[in-house]
Amino acid sequence: MGSHGIKDRVAIVGMGCTRFGERFDCGLDDLIIEAATQTYEHAGIDRDDVDAYWFGTAQSGMSGITLARPLGLQDKPVTRVENFCATGSEALRQAAYAVASGAYDVAMAVGAEKVKDSGYAGLNAFPVPSDGTGRTLTAAAMFSMVAPAYGERYGVDEAAMREVLARIAWKNHYNGARNPLAQFRKELTTERIAGSPPVAGLLGVLDCAGVADGAAAAIVVRAEDARRYTDRPVFVKALSFVAGNGSGLGDPDYDYTHFPEVAVSARDAYAQAGITDPRAELAMAEVHDCFTPTELVLMEDLGFSARGKAWEDVLAGVFDLDGALPVNPDGGLKSFGHPVGASGLRMFYECWLQLRGEAPPERRIVGERSLALTHNLGGYPGEMVSFVGIVGNQPG
Amino acid sequence: MTAAPGRPRAGLGPADWRNLDSAAVRGIVSAAGYIPFRRLARADIRATFGAGGGAGTRSVASYDQDTTTLGVEAARLVRRGGSDGGGVPAVDALWFATANPAYLDKTNAAAIHAALRLDTATPAFDFGGALRSGIGALRAALDGRGATLVVSSDMRTGLPTSPDESAGGDGAAAILVGDDSDGPLLAEYLGAASATEEFIDRWRTPGALRSKAWEERFGETKYGPLGERAWREALAAAGIEAGDVESVVATGLHARATRALARMLGVDATRVVDDLATTVGNTGTAHAGLLLASALELATPGQVIALVGLADGVDVLIFRATDAVVRRVPARSVQSQIDEGAPVAYGTFLSWRQMVELEPPRRPEPARVSAAAAGRSEDWKFGFVGSLDEHGTPQLPPVPGARRVPMADAPATIVTFTVDRLAYSPSPPIVFAVVDFDGGGRFPVELTDVDAEKVAIGDRVEMTFRRLSTADGIHNYFWKARPIPGASEGE
Repeated sequence: MGSHGIKDRVAIVGMGCTRFGERFDCGLDDLIIEAATQTYEHAGIDRDDVDAYWFGTAQSGMSGITLARPLGLQDKPVTRVENFCATGSEALRQAAYAVASGAYDVAMAVGAEKVKDSGYAGLNAFPVPSDGTGRTLTAAAMFSMVAPAYGERYGVDEAAMREVLARIAWKNHYNGARNPLAQFRKELTTERIAGSPPVAGLLGVLDCAGVADGAAAAIVVRAEDARRYTDRPVFVKALSFVAGNGSGLGDPDYDYTHFPEVAVSARDAYAQAGITDPRAELAMAEVHDCFTPTELVLMEDLGFSARGKAWEDVLAGVFDLDGALPVNPDGGLKSFGHPVGASGLRMFYECWLQLRGEAPPERRIVGERSLALTHNLGGYPGEMVSFVGIVGNQPG
Repeated sequence: MTAAPGRPRAGLGPADWRNLDSAAVRGIVSAAGYIPFRRLARADIRATFGAGGGAGTRSVASYDQDTTTLGVEAARLVRRGGSDGGGVPAVDALWFATANPAYLDKTNAAAIHAALRLDTATPAFDFGGALRSGIGALRAALDGRGATLVVSSDMRTGLPTSPDESAGGDGAAAILVGDDSDGPLLAEYLGAASATEEFIDRWRTPGALRSKAWEERFGETKYGPLGERAWREALAAAGIEAGDVESVVATGLHARATRALARMLGVDATRVVDDLATTVGNTGTAHAGLLLASALELATPGQVIALVGLADGVDVLIFRATDAVVRRVPARSVQSQIDEGAPVAYGTFLSWRQMVELEPPRRPEPARVSAAAAGRSEDWKFGFVGSLDEHGTPQLPPVPGARRVPMADAPATIVTFTVDRLAYSPSPPIVFAVVDFDGGGRFPVELTDVDAEKVAIGDRVEMTFRRLSTADGIHNYFWKARPIPGASEGE
């Protein structure tokens, strides 16, 4: 028994990502075609050259046919994947494992979501027939409970906490303003963020990720084949996934200041990749900033900050674009919104651009580091799934 | 039609039953009223519309309550408030009466039965539709056998500015009727009489939001003679004189006829108890039970109490309080509940009663409950029964196969909380807390009967049975937490 990972056995050789936003002009099929077409072009292949497909969508469609139809796939295995908000990451994870297993030479992960078609604010879970006793809270409310709990535990008063949270949103908006694919491309002052209309607890509208449509995709091949498709492949170093069992909700010891599932998946990913000091070794990280307190706590669960110190690191600019470890250089969920099936792949897309030196100069990360991390979670404090992926532009 | 001539329909006294069941003395084992938390100041009605209203307040059931959940709360109180704290008395049957049922066709008493976790073999029956069914069920239980839990409940309102709107109230009562062998009686049943006649006084067609009433004077001419007759026959059945009655509890939605009848009984006006009109309002089907419960809380041993109900006739039930009334400490007295109410804005009241429709959050409404899933989790959903882990710590919801533990009566403390301004709720915002129960167990749960700005970590809460939502006509019942009345905040 053991989690061994597939370090350097699989490489990403093509990626694509649509503009995220209110894509009322596009249906799910349009978004899929846009992302997939870019991806084929980067890899220099077409749809028939891909041996198997994994399609991530939380609730925009069901079955592999939702992907096979718009792409006109002929006799291809297509698997629809759903794993809460980590759906896009899960699609890539399955495609990578399929190639690593030797079952297929070329696999493709596509994630897409049409959130704006629902007509509702925020994301909505697919209704499963139930006894009616489940929580009906929004994700914003569940994550809002993190802020006072963290403040209480580490002695951060409400005013200081408000500043920290605004600083996180400010940074992500600053980065997103430099990304033509982002939904929101505007810098915002911390004052405006802190004063935005209340949604839940301490959180205002501008503490929350946007609601957007979008799609992203990746093609993976065996590492030794990678240079046949591109001269700058991105190698998979680690793929880790943990599905919590929900016990945190009923655990009197759980205090809403950390996400155990994230810490475990991070530990596993670092072991797979051979990373011992993530803050020093990673060039950048894309993390699941669904709400500002989430990103705060993730800095500690991912080992970027010591426990109780992330708020100070945030204020010190450690995670800014020019900081010691840039976090969400593409603008994050804050700027991109969160089309559930696409978000995990969108995170990899930023790694792809940065590690290949293709990010536009205004947000390009400079330095010698060759590793990038993505973190994608779904669910709530006490009851979540967590994905951590690590990729690098150098084999070995 | 008139009654068949030549055979006076005298009331039945306990002596008649003693002949059948020699030693038993029948009466009231336990009684409790439940008054929901919110109060509407009647002056707010006039301030809004320039009409209607009046002095004082009326009780208001929350948006997440209906007559069934009000009934559950009353029944929980009556079971907690056993005669001398000597455990929960057995219940042989559950009867539920309301003029405002949450369901037709489906038995509303079944949900109460489930919330109380009564035995499967205990029957649960509805007495539906008529206002008179409340006092009628009580009389039937007193004249019957076995320990019968009689729950009556009502929510009264009318069109904005109407007398029904301001004079009405929401509330429930639970009276456990039984023999002295079922537990020490709070009051012995001395006898009863009823007078019935068909006449049009007050009516409502099924589905209508409001009742209608004929002009007052006509009904008054009917209730007077009917009341005098029932009173006379009830006194005879009890073997007492009017002067022996120390406490008259008179109630009817025909307020004028009720006042007039009370004056005709030959009982000093000081012995007619407060009908809670200025504080609670008239809770219709529930009011006889509510006032009786209140009277028993104030009674002295040996006191004779006459309950007089006017609704399509007149019913008179006569009791004598026992020594147990002074030993008994009510779980939560009617008076304490009156004192603990908090205001509700008139606009909120109107939206809660569907008189106006407010813009909902732009979130999907809840899906309907699955009958099969709800059926599988009856213990949890209706009874709030958790399970115990290997260390004996409660787990909520319960884990399949683990030993069960009832949690509905366990108090808890707020660990953390939030206010959700986006989530769908029939009355936003949702106030939501993580609570730790005394004796162990944690549960994230919605709060109710709470003002968002007053919640604090450390507040003490108790569980309360509520209707979360309704979809496809199916009511989704489950539990919420509410601040424990009287528990100081932030301790």
